[in-house]
Amino acid sequence: MKIASADRRICIWCPDWPVTTARIEAGIEAGAPVAVVTANRVVACSHAAREHGVRRGLRRREAQAHCPQLIVLPRDEAAEARVFEPVVAALEAIAPGVEITRPGLAAIGVRGPTRYFGGETGVLHALSRGVAGIPVLGGADLLIGIADGAFAAEQAARRGVIIEPGASGQFLHDLPIEVLDPSGASPLIDLLRRLGIRTLGAFAALPPRDVLARFGPEGAWAHRQAGGRDERPVSGRHPPAEFTVTLDLEPAVDRVDTVAFSARGVAERFVTDLAAHGLACACFELQALSENGEEAVRRWRHAGVLSTVDVLDRVRWQLEGWLSGPHRPTGGIIRLRLVPVETVPTGAHQQALWGGNGATDERAARALARVQTLLGHGSVLTPVLDGGRDPGQRTRLVPWGDEPTPLRSPEQPWPGQLPAPAPSVLLDPPRPAQLLDAARRPVRVTERGAMPAPPALFGMGNDVTAVTSWAGPWPVDERWWSPDSARRVVRCQIVDVRGRAYLVTGTMGTGTPQWQVDAIYD
Amino acid sequence: MLDVAIRKADGSTAVDWQRVGLRATPPLPVVPALSPLLPGGLRRGSTVSVSGSVSLLLALLGAASAGGAWCALVGFPRISAEAAREYGVDLARLALIPSPGEGWTTAVGALLDAVDIVAARPPRGRGPAPGDVRRLAARARSKDAVLVPFLAEAAWPGADVRLHARDGVWTGIGVGTGRLRARQVEVVAEGRGQAARSHTASLWLPADAGGIEPATPLADVIDLAG
Repeated sequence: MKIASADRRICIWCPDWPVTTARIEAGIEAGAPVAVVTANRVVACSHAAREHGVRRGLRRREAQAHCPQLIVLPRDEAAEARVFEPVVAALEAIAPGVEITRPGLAAIGVRGPTRYFGGETGVLHALSRGVAGIPVLGGADLLIGIADGAFAAEQAARRGVIIEPGASGQFLHDLPIEVLDPSGASPLIDLLRRLGIRTLGAFAALPPRDVLARFGPEGAWAHRQAGGRDERPVSGRHPPAEFTVTLDLEPAVDRVDTVAFSARGVAERFVTDLAAHGLACACFELQALSENGEEAVRRWRHAGVLSTVDVLDRVRWQLEGWLSGPHRPTGGIIRLRLVPVETVPTGAHQQALWGGNGATDERAARALARVQTLLGHGSVLTPVLDGGRDPGQRTRLVPWGDEPTPLRSPEQPWPGQLPAPAPSVLLDPPRPAQLLDAARRPVRVTERGAMPAPPALFGMGNDVTAVTSWAGPWPVDERWWSPDSARRVVRCQIVDVRGRAYLVTGTMGTGTPQWQVDAIYD
Repeated sequence: MLDVAIRKADGSTAVDWQRVGLRATPPLPVVPALSPLLPGGLRRGSTVSVSGSVSLLLALLGAASAGGAWCALVGFPRISAEAAREYGVDLARLALIPSPGEGWTTAVGALLDAVDIVAARPPRGRGPAPGDVRRLAARARSKDAVLVPFLAEAAWPGADVRLHARDGVWTGIGVGTGRLRARQVEVVAEGRGQAARSHTASLWLPADAGGIEPATPLADVIDLAG
C-alpha cells in the first residue's frame, strides 16, 4: 500500500451552503428556486434558480425578473454554522483535527484514516456512511475530493474528483486563474489576467522570488497555492491551539449568579490563554445553550484589554437579558462557550508611557462598566447617529459595550430631513400638544397639505401661550408602499411667546387633528 | 488660602503660595465663544452649574470632548446625537444614563472617578441633599473631574461658576415662512472667587447650521437727522 503524503487531505464541500441552510430553516423543499440575499444583492442561489439565469451579485429585483417564482431568503450566518455542525461531527468521527474554512467547506488530513480504514476507498465509504446518516441535510448536495494540499483538495472537492498522489500540480495546472479568489474582488487576479496569465500553471511557472518582489506576500502565498505547494499546517479544531473555552453545567442551572460563579474558571482560562500568546480579545462571541436546545449568541466588543471580571460581567449581562427577555429559554442553561472573534496583539492596547489617552480611556470604560453593574446593562447607553428623516430616528441609543453601529447609514441623503440646527432634546414618546388657531379651534391641515387657519396658540399641557412665529407645514409621506408602517403627517416648527421653539407633527385630512411635540430646541 | 509670597531682594516674587496650591493638570478647553465667560477653560475639580438650555450644556462639553475628554450625562431625557455632534461632542466618548432612579448619587459619584466631565440633572421633585452636594463636589475636586449640575431654575449650592441662559430670540423663522436657523441668547456667568463679578455674553446658540458662535451686537441706530 502506498503511503499518502503528509498534507494529503480529504475535503468536503456543500455547494450553495447559504441556500441550503436558509432553505432548511425556512422549511422549503429541495429543488425550489431559492436565492439568499444580503444588502439587496444575491450572495448565493440554488441550482434551479441558476438555471433561470439568477447569478451571484444580482440585485434582488433583477433576480426576481429572471425568475418570478424565486423565493428570496435573508442570509443567516449563525444558522449556516449551526447546520454545518453535524457534517463536521461526521468528519470528526473519522479523524480529529477538522479544518473548517467556512460553513460548507471543511477538510481533514487523510493519512491517518487511510491506514486505519485500509486505503482511501475505505475512508470514502466510512465518510459517505457518516454523512448519509445526517437527517438535517435532506436533499442537499455534498461533494468530496481528495488531493495533496488544502487548496488542491478544495478545488478537487468543488469538482468532486480524487487526484492521485503527486498529481495535484498537474491537476491545478490547467485551472483558470480565477479559482484563486472566487469572489472576484481580489486586485491581484485582475492584474494577473491583464498581464496575460490565465491559468494557475502559467502563474506557477513564474520564479517565486520574482513573484514575491513584484506582488508582495499576498502574491507569494497565491503563487504557492497555484503550484500546489501550500505548506500551511493543519490548524483547526485542536483544543489547545484554539482559544475557545466551554463550560458544561451538570445539572442545568437557571440562575444568572450561579452560572456567573461557575464561569469564573473558564473566563480566567480564556483570558490567560490569549495573554500567553501575546493576544488580547477585542471582540468575542458568547454562546449559551439551554437544556432544551435554545441558544443565545451575542458578540461583545470591548475597547480595552478584557480582564476576567469584564468577561464575567458580559456573561452576566447576556444571561440576564436572555433569561428575562421575551425569548427566554424553557429550560436551565447547560453550556456556555466563549469564542474569540477578533484578537489584537497586546502591544496595541498597552497604555501610553506617561498614562496618556490610553489610560484615561480605559479608566472611563471601567467606570462606565461599574455603573452598568450597579444599575443594569441597559442603563448606560451611548448615542449613535443613525440614518432617517425624523430627528427621533436619527438618534439611536445602544447599551454601553455593544457595538455602536448605525442601522441605516446617516451619510445617505435622506431627502425630507430637517436641516441643521437639530433639536437638542427629543421626546420619546412624543408628548400630545394643542395647536389652536385664533378662534381656539385645533389647527387643521387639509389632505393637500394646506393650513386654512394659521396657528395662534400652542401648549403642551392644558394652558396655552401665544405663537409668535411658525414655519411649515411640511408634509411627511413615509413608507407609503407598506400599509403597516406608512406615515402621513405634517411637520411644523413653532416658537412660542417665551422664545421656546418646538418641532411638532400633526395629522392630515378631515378627521380631528392630533398634534404632538417630537422635539424641543432647548 | 494664605496670601503669602516669598520675595527676592529686588521685590520679584520667588514662590507664590497662591500658585503652588493650583493643580498641575491643565484645564479642559472650551469653545472660543464661551471663553469670555470661563476664562482659562473648565478648571478640573470645579463645579460649573448650567441652567436654562440643554444646548448650552452641549456647547460647554463640545471642545473638551473633541479634545479627548470623556463625558457622561446622568438623568437627562433623550438627547439628540445630531445636536451633540453639531456642538463638537465626540459620540464615542459620551455615555448617557437616562434614568438612574434611586442610584443617582451613586452613579454620579462612580462616574466622577474616571469620567472627565459629568453633567448631572437631579431627579425631578426633590433637590439633592446638602450632604450629597458636598460629597459630590469633594469627589470632583479629588478626582480632577468637572461636575456640571444641570438645573431648571433652583441654584446648585456651592457651584464655582453658574452659567444661565436667558430666553432667546430665534431668527430665520417668520409667520408661516422660513425655518429655525439660529437663536441669539444672553448667557450670564456668575460665581465665587475670580468669577464673582458676573459676566454676560451674547451668543448664537445654536448658530446657523449648528454649533455656537459669539454674537456681535447690532450697531446702534444712528439718528442722521439729529
